[in-house]
Amino acid sequence: MAITTDNAPAPPVAGKPGATSTGRAGDKIFLGLSQGSGILLLVIMASIAVFLTYRASLALAENEGNFLTTFDWNPAGDPPVFGIAVLLFGTIVSSIIAMVIAVPIAVGIALFISHYAPRRLAAPLAYVVDLLAAVPSIIYGIWGALFLVPYLEGLNSWLDEFLGWTYIFEKTEVGVARSLFTVGILLAIMILPIVTSVSREVFLQVPRMNEEAALALGATRWEVIRLSVLPFGRSGVISASMLGLGRALGETMAVATVLSPSFVISLHLLNPGGGTFAQNIAAKFDEANELGRDALIASGLVLFVLTLLVNGAARLIIARRKEYSGANA
Amino acid sequence: MSNVIQDATPAQAVTGPGKDTLSQRHLPRWAPAGFAAVSVALGIGIGAGAGLQSRIQWGLISAALFVVISYVVTSTVENRRQAKDRLATSVVWVCFLLAVIPLLSLIWTTVSRGMKVLDAYFLTHSMAGVPGFEAGGGVYHALIGTLEQVGLATLVSAPIGLLTAVYLVEYGKGALAKAVTFFVDVMTGIPSIVAGLFILSIMLIAGLAPSGLMGALALAILMIPVVVRSTEEMLKLVPNELREAALALGVPKWRVILKVVIPTAIGGITTGVMLAIARIAGETAPIMLLVFGSQLINTNPFEGAQSSLPFYIWEQYKVGSEASYDRAWAAALVLIAFVMILNLVARGIARWKAPKTGR
Repeated sequence: MAITTDNAPAPPVAGKPGATSTGRAGDKIFLGLSQGSGILLLVIMASIAVFLTYRASLALAENEGNFLTTFDWNPAGDPPVFGIAVLLFGTIVSSIIAMVIAVPIAVGIALFISHYAPRRLAAPLAYVVDLLAAVPSIIYGIWGALFLVPYLEGLNSWLDEFLGWTYIFEKTEVGVARSLFTVGILLAIMILPIVTSVSREVFLQVPRMNEEAALALGATRWEVIRLSVLPFGRSGVISASMLGLGRALGETMAVATVLSPSFVISLHLLNPGGGTFAQNIAAKFDEANELGRDALIASGLVLFVLTLLVNGAARLIIARRKEYSGANA
Repeated sequence: MSNVIQDATPAQAVTGPGKDTLSQRHLPRWAPAGFAAVSVALGIGIGAGAGLQSRIQWGLISAALFVVISYVVTSTVENRRQAKDRLATSVVWVCFLLAVIPLLSLIWTTVSRGMKVLDAYFLTHSMAGVPGFEAGGGVYHALIGTLEQVGLATLVSAPIGLLTAVYLVEYGKGALAKAVTFFVDVMTGIPSIVAGLFILSIMLIAGLAPSGLMGALALAILMIPVVVRSTEEMLKLVPNELREAALALGVPKWRVILKVVIPTAIGGITTGVMLAIARIAGETAPIMLLVFGSQLINTNPFEGAQSSLPFYIWEQYKVGSEASYDRAWAAALVLIAFVMILNLVARGIARWKAPKTGR
């Protein structure tokens, strides 16, 4: 009974100015809160750029070397000299190695899960690949340094022996495999899950009609994939790889544990040495004074811009694809 | 075998589309298993014959033989197109196995090496007074640090992430919503070390000292976009009929969201938050820059240096002695167990509490 009596006066209450305004006020507060947190996100992004730029500019004003071309990192010296040439080279080379290894394998895994695996196994198998993404990067780091590095000795000497003539696989320095090549392999394992899961999503969206049409014409499974799945999924795979690239560029701990850093640029990928932005920050932070920290922030700013460009481009490709397929659906 | 040789000549001609495929010769269904058995046998034979030590080399030889044998036999018995199909199938299988090997190896290494020193003593003692290169000590201080920092980060990021997702799904229209969506995506890609440097630059400007809170703020920046993304997906799954029914009864929109939309999606939202926690619990870089690390128990996240599990692993790795490696692996095992359990529970909740779409 209580309910009915409560309900009966309700419609007139809505007409009363007081009652309506409470409802509206709640709405306004709620809209304000949720819109506010959306805006807060934009503010955070903007302030990351602003704060990093500000501290970086303090360091750059003191720098006596050329920030882009100096092969040295000595902000504590007199005069302070530091540059990102080696870091930029190391970051890009290790990420490229990771991409070259990871993207084909990831596409293979995505195809396996979307088209080859027995139906019932597909979901658990996809989950297994996702577990790779759940492993913290520091654990990849110690696994890489204490397990993978000794294991790769054999592969390295094999590459040196048979592919040494390619210059990049020539090992000119003796030493354990704490090289950019090893880092690349480790990064490849770490970016596999993200490239796989995005590619898999795209492969699953291929219109059934296209595949069935190909099958009806007598195509084998591989021909179906080559004629209908891969062309449809191409842009998706590209953006997935760029997301993976973004991860690889900014990876810190795995690189810091595996690489034995040095400030040289060498295309002999198997030689120990080199450095990446994130690894350099992790390695140099402890001993850095205030100028040293600002210098590291400056290198972090470059990394930030780099990942921002790569991720932004990847997202734009995905967004454009979404609109395109939406119009067709 | 003589059949095979006789059929080789017509098989070449079959490649043209005109031939009736039903009358074509087919390999039996057990053919791949047969190829595998033959190539494994040959691989072992060659490996043992040539005196190769490494079992991995035996495996690689068998794998290569499998690909070659299945291609050659299929292209002679059936045709080139079928052979290519089989080749693609084996390549795709190899890709998948390649991904599983590092995962298994990593988990095996962590478990087998981590079990060495992992016991109740390890979990309940800090590193106070223990020289890094000697055995002893434990992970208690790091465990406390991780729990507090991750807890604080969750307290900051879960409401912001939830509200942002609500905005995007329930209110979002126009340029602002588009910008927020885009930057949430971009924010997912921010390297953890950059988030750390951002908070560091604020600390340098404001003259703040390192503490657990600073680390938690950096972790929150990494966590927010993950929460937004997953919550958004979940809110989109809530059927529109529920909203319309509530609105038609005269309920104001904010109460519809609080009492109808969010409760319907709460399972998925919890899952998303837990997965986000699992992701940031393993972050080392921001902790290294902002919390500084400590060997002692510090239960106050707002003041003074703290440790955290991933940072502890990094510290012990850097010490570089047998005993410290053992501790690093044991801590890695604790961390990986924490993350995996969170993952499993989160996915369990997702399946169990999935919003019922349709009937």
